[in-house]
Amino acid sequence: MAKKPRKPTAVEKKLVGVADLVIAAAEKRKDPTIAIPVRSLSNVNFNERKGLIEMGKRKQARSFFNVAMAKKFMQTVLVADALSELQRANLTTSLREIYYRTKHTIKDSHENTLDTQDESDPLIEDLEVTLTALREELHVRAENAGSIVGPVVFVDDGDRVDCTRLGKGGYSVPSIVEPEYLQIARCTADFVLLVEKGTQWNRLSEDKFWRRYNCVLLTGNGQPPRGVRRLARRLHEEKQLPVYVLVDNDPWGYYIYSVIKQGSINLAFESQRMAIPKAKFMGLSSADPEAYGLPRNVGIKLNDKDVARARELLAYTWFQKKSWQEEIKRMLSSGLKYELDALANKDFQYLTKKYLPRKLKEKDWLD
Amino acid sequence: MEGMKSRPPAPTPKPAVPPPRATVSAVEMGARQREISVSEFFTKNRHLLGFDSPRKALLTCVKEAVDNALDACEEAGILPDVVVKVEAVANGEAPPPASQASRFRITVTDNGPGIVRQQIPPIFAKLLYGSKFHRLRMSRGQQGIGISAAGMYGQLTTGKPVQITSRTSARAPAHYFEVQIDTKKNEPRILEKKQIAWESPRGTQVTMEIEGRYQKGRASVDEYIEQTIIANSHVKLTYVPPEGETKEYARSYEQLPPAPREIKPHPYGIELGMLLKMLQDTRSHSLSGFLASDFSRVSPNVAAEICKAARLSPNARPRDVHGQAAENLYKAIQSTKIMAPPTNCLSPIGEPAILAGLYRQIKGEFYTAVTRPPAVYRGNPFVIEAGLAFGRAPEQAAQTPATKAIPLAEGEAEKDDHEVARIIRYANRVPLLYQPAACEITKAVLDTTWRNYGVAQSRGSLPAGPMVIFVHMASVWVPFTSESKEAIAEYDEIHKEITLALRECGRRLGAFLRRRERAHSEFRRRNIFELYIEEIVQSCNRLKGGRLATAKLRDQLLKMATKITGGGKTDELLGKNGSGPEGLPHSIIVTPEGVEGEVPVVAPNGAPAAEEPVAPPAAPEARAPRKTKGKATPKPRAGRKKKR
Repeated sequence: MAKKPRKPTAVEKKLVGVADLVIAAAEKRKDPTIAIPVRSLSNVNFNERKGLIEMGKRKQARSFFNVAMAKKFMQTVLVADALSELQRANLTTSLREIYYRTKHTIKDSHENTLDTQDESDPLIEDLEVTLTALREELHVRAENAGSIVGPVVFVDDGDRVDCTRLGKGGYSVPSIVEPEYLQIARCTADFVLLVEKGTQWNRLSEDKFWRRYNCVLLTGNGQPPRGVRRLARRLHEEKQLPVYVLVDNDPWGYYIYSVIKQGSINLAFESQRMAIPKAKFMGLSSADPEAYGLPRNVGIKLNDKDVARARELLAYTWFQKKSWQEEIKRMLSSGLKYELDALANKDFQYLTKKYLPRKLKEKDWLD
Repeated sequence: MEGMKSRPPAPTPKPAVPPPRATVSAVEMGARQREISVSEFFTKNRHLLGFDSPRKALLTCVKEAVDNALDACEEAGILPDVVVKVEAVANGEAPPPASQASRFRITVTDNGPGIVRQQIPPIFAKLLYGSKFHRLRMSRGQQGIGISAAGMYGQLTTGKPVQITSRTSARAPAHYFEVQIDTKKNEPRILEKKQIAWESPRGTQVTMEIEGRYQKGRASVDEYIEQTIIANSHVKLTYVPPEGETKEYARSYEQLPPAPREIKPHPYGIELGMLLKMLQDTRSHSLSGFLASDFSRVSPNVAAEICKAARLSPNARPRDVHGQAAENLYKAIQSTKIMAPPTNCLSPIGEPAILAGLYRQIKGEFYTAVTRPPAVYRGNPFVIEAGLAFGRAPEQAAQTPATKAIPLAEGEAEKDDHEVARIIRYANRVPLLYQPAACEITKAVLDTTWRNYGVAQSRGSLPAGPMVIFVHMASVWVPFTSESKEAIAEYDEIHKEITLALRECGRRLGAFLRRRERAHSEFRRRNIFELYIEEIVQSCNRLKGGRLATAKLRDQLLKMATKITGGGKTDELLGKNGSGPEGLPHSIIVTPEGVEGEVPVVAPNGAPAAEEPVAPPAAPEARAPRKTKGKATPKPRAGRKKKR
């Protein structure tokens, strides 16, 4: 597809900026240095007013003339080069392909530019935060790991996708769901239900729960990928749909909810576009086993890792609400965690027929 | 389980009618009970003495004969000159190749003091006969079992007697004996004795024929000889193996180790039974006199103190102290503060001699040696010495072919070097070749955190890398785990001393490795930058759409790289302008340019140390003073000629 010279995109300009930085430094006989925002818990703040995790101001310098950083610096420039190539060719790609694209043997040596994908993945995140460009804008996609079903119609590459007519399987949420790629043509749902587990999403989809309660069912099969989070955010923002989250009752479930709601620590800068501060935690709550009469023997004992993780959550600023402290402490004191699947102990359709209807009726959720 | 339901009823115990048995009366039993002679006992339990397998038996026989020869020479103040000959033999026919032979003749000849005629038969054909058991003095042999047990093993497996030729001086005649052991009585049987003409003016020659197996490698006779030479650089040894060339090990240290003194037992080291026996045997007439004269470090004052603590009269007759009184005495001794035993009974190898031994026998880049001050376990003084040889000699390193430069695929690693350190263990200068895992030395090496010294070590295993760790324990009584003297038993004091010695070696090795690393890293730094600059220039060029003045950028970056890595200074650092072993006492560093450090070897003609180094006198003051800092003297120190 040979195209005539076109205007470089904003992202492309940012990527070329990396080369400019090297050239300018060399001109001034200075050590080429990239300032990369620090991606760790110590450099994020919870903005209570906005309900978002925001990135702090701390940056780390990555210099070329430093033995410990020289290789990483070289790799960063290499990855920037590969990303700009994507921009020029207007292609999207995966993290793994970036790795293969940038891997080669350095001339006159038998050293590889990169040895494993573990080396290139963080560099892409580094560039995302440094250039304040989303991964989608960099044309890097993840796997399609989410599904959606319900009264919503999308236009994807010109194809109309009516999610009421896609049977039990629903529509596979693409990795990049920015408006340029995916438009929401119509949406008549009343709310979005984001389910952690594919199995429970299947249960709800099979039971046509969405038809009865007029909602959109979304799942990310575990920690929801960026596409799913971004799509939920768009439905929330553009169609004013409330978002409810249904996860297992364990520390990881809580954290999934918090990532959907406030954003993640690692990529805090994109909370602006991903987080849904008004998302509600529908369940499973540590109060549910008692409220819904789940027997103790369908619980699972918290292991040491679970307990440690729960204690970490207790310390996060965005879990400081009284209701949340109670929620987590209740789980710790019971010493048990419960999977959504455990509801099947009472009835195969307990989730569809009893649990969710009662939750919705009682407006029993955490904020 | 079906079987559970229809299980047949448990068999009821048989009525109490025992099967008819031959009953034996006490009288009959008494008739069978009789004394067992030690020889009979060891005939049946030969593994206790190190004759478990034919291969090990061959080693044990050589070892016992050589140990005896060296002990005799050293005690008589003679620099040992030993010839070890191992030949494959066959009955009548031509001997088979050594690797297939099952019978060997071992001949060990020394230039020692010789043995007086009357003593020859009991020494070689009576178990537990010797001069070493009853005194506390450092020597290789301890019990007086070794050589006679070897002879007994030969007799048992081949039926051949032990042949001994010995001469005490050029004026005395040489005596030839053929002896066997009477295993029932533990007495020698003389098969042949005569005076013969012998070319040596003085010395002893022992010949044994035994069943054995000759195989090179770990725990072989060859390894034993080699390790013996490392720890005994004052020995001249000729080894004639059953196949291959004769090996001549020249003397590299022209001085006998100081003769160890004999000491009396230290009170802390004895047990109650021993005390009772000493009380009976003593020649003293009073208890305090007994304590003061039969033990080391017990003065009349201390003796009085002990008597008081035991509530015994200092004038009591020792023979009358028994039963509860003796036990009180024993307890009083243990609770009285007594000075540590004297340590002049020990004769450590010494740092220069260890260095000389390691340097000569093992090819490497770095050598060091440490002799610890004496310490005491259970009333027995001991000294731990450790040494280290690290790396590959420059010529060896050059030989290893450069690894093929192929780019690695994901998951592939650089060729792992699985070489781990080799431990060579010694007790009273005798190499210990068997049971490394049971030995305290091995445990101490494993317990040392070698990673602190820049050597890789995976959990619970030996440090990795081309390295030989030398550990020697010198003591009047080395606590072995068994009679075959293969492993040193566990004592906290011993473990601690070994660990301290190893740590000191490790620290010096770490200093050496860091120093070497520093020089290399500057070079590597520049290399890294140069390597990556090209990648960066190409990437920037592509980012700029191929419109970049690449040559200019490359030039600018390269100039900065040279400036940052110290320019000419790095070349100088890399240029081998001698960073000798400052601050590394008793160490040698070998580089392609030569040897740094105080090689305690001097060729007799004053030429730089080369093939046949001979040591200067080892008095500590004879060593070169430590180099002053900043002074680079890369040339070998060996050229110095010391007054003799």
